[in-house]
Amino acid sequence: MISANLSAIFYLVSGVLFILALRGLSSPETSRQGNLFGILGMIIAITVTFLSTGNFSTGFKFVLIFILAGGSIGAFIAYKIPMTAMPELVAGFHSLVGLAAVFVAVSAFLNPEAFNLGTPGNIKLGSLIEMSIGAAVGAITFSGSVIAFLKLQGIMSGSPITFKGQHPLNAIILISIVVLIYLLCSTQSSNLFWILLAVSFLIGFLLIIPIGGADMPVVISMLNSYSGWAAAGIGFTLENTALIITGALVGSSGAILSYIMCKGMNRSFFNVILGGFGATEDASSSSTKEQRPVKSGNADDAAFLMKNASSVIIVPGYGMAVAQAQHALREMVDTLKKNDIKVSYAIHPVAGRMPGHMNVLLAEANVPYDEVFELEEINNDFANADVAFVIGANDVTNPVAKTDPQSPIFGMPVLDVEKCKSVLFVKRSLSPGYAGIDNDLFYKENTLMLFADAKKMTEDITKNL
Amino acid sequence: MEIDPLIFRLSIFILSIFVGYYVVWSVTPSLHTPLMSVTNAISSVIIVGAIIAGLSGNSDNVFNSSSIFGFLAIALAAINIFGGFLVTQRMLAMYKKKKKDKQK
Repeated sequence: MISANLSAIFYLVSGVLFILALRGLSSPETSRQGNLFGILGMIIAITVTFLSTGNFSTGFKFVLIFILAGGSIGAFIAYKIPMTAMPELVAGFHSLVGLAAVFVAVSAFLNPEAFNLGTPGNIKLGSLIEMSIGAAVGAITFSGSVIAFLKLQGIMSGSPITFKGQHPLNAIILISIVVLIYLLCSTQSSNLFWILLAVSFLIGFLLIIPIGGADMPVVISMLNSYSGWAAAGIGFTLENTALIITGALVGSSGAILSYIMCKGMNRSFFNVILGGFGATEDASSSSTKEQRPVKSGNADDAAFLMKNASSVIIVPGYGMAVAQAQHALREMVDTLKKNDIKVSYAIHPVAGRMPGHMNVLLAEANVPYDEVFELEEINNDFANADVAFVIGANDVTNPVAKTDPQSPIFGMPVLDVEKCKSVLFVKRSLSPGYAGIDNDLFYKENTLMLFADAKKMTEDITKNL
Repeated sequence: MEIDPLIFRLSIFILSIFVGYYVVWSVTPSLHTPLMSVTNAISSVIIVGAIIAGLSGNSDNVFNSSSIFGFLAIALAAINIFGGFLVTQRMLAMYKKKKKDKQK
């Protein structure tokens, strides 16, 4: 048994360690050490909790059993999960944080004495407010993340689900949550608490269904933020500094990532949240579509172009990950490098299905991280490069974003691929990308289309080099 | 006049948001996926609340309605803690520099 003051200091220490864990991620060299700080912070927090309750009876054994059971499931998943499935994994993990927050809030509501919050039916007002906010946000995080998970996994269709009166309905539900919290605090009725949870689960579900599959980077970041605010709400209830600090860190982290993702698509946050994007664009694109000539080539032509180049920039997109072409791509690059050709990779902020996803996939394929560049770092280099090799990307290279104010993607930051001396475009067909618009790049003088599966084409090029 | 302890917690909260804001902006974009998985792991420090809830039963009756929710929350948070930190570790181990790559 340790004093409340001492344990508060230890919780502060673990909060600081969590800050250092995030700080470590400022560069890959310090990141591994940062992760260890995070683990240390977690061990301290859990140990201090055991010591401060001073309860090592039968219940303690069950706590250990549940930690080990959950921990082994978590460890198993962590080792088995393929890197392409990271977005699903993170969405799944968010749902668990949300649900855990709900369960802790329920437990505190049923048995407030254990947390020094008063007695059932007479919980301290401040604690009850914090508890209900934590529970509501946790419930939204849970059901929202489940939907995001199902959409990413392909179990649920990625296309936006919209219906008439959707936005007014959501607004009414959100207002009713505020009213319910107010009534709950004035009456302390447990029925209201259950209704609040049910309504929050419902709104989490309704908020995510209208958002299209390709907007998932924003959704995942947003739910990341929610899971932080839920943890902070519970932290206030439990008067626990570690939880408050962590909640605030995670909350602002998710918010920043959502902002970066929205900016990468040049869309406002509300535009994404209100959903429906990608469903309405088909009509406009089909009317303007005309047959324009394209130059197409085979692996031999591509290999010839690259062999005679002195610098090549690779532009990978989500299509590369779908085709599992990252390892074949790295082998091709290795061959190019042996021929003294300078190769770098250009990553658009929304290239993968979640922030930084493409970087992880390339790292997994043993691409050194100092050959991989972000959009702002590399965009000026396209003008000096000989060949741009676009594999699985489309909208993020479309020059229309810079030239045509009518285009739905106008203003979106794009990679200046067209400035390269020649452009190789690996794609299955001429079909438009997610934004539903034609890519002018296909029809440029210096573009050679390589119609094939990304993995097969890359392997064929390597053979021909 | 005494200051309500809530105000202190609120101060910690607000300051942490600012710390989070500046720390996260300094995270390199190539590590944004590990950032998400590690924030996942650390937000599962909610397990401290779950442990208190799980231990709230007495020795005759380990499982009461409140402690059961605590135990479930412990299991969920533990999945996240182990899964989150380990998958982050796994990802970070893959980030290699050019020179190190050649030594291998």
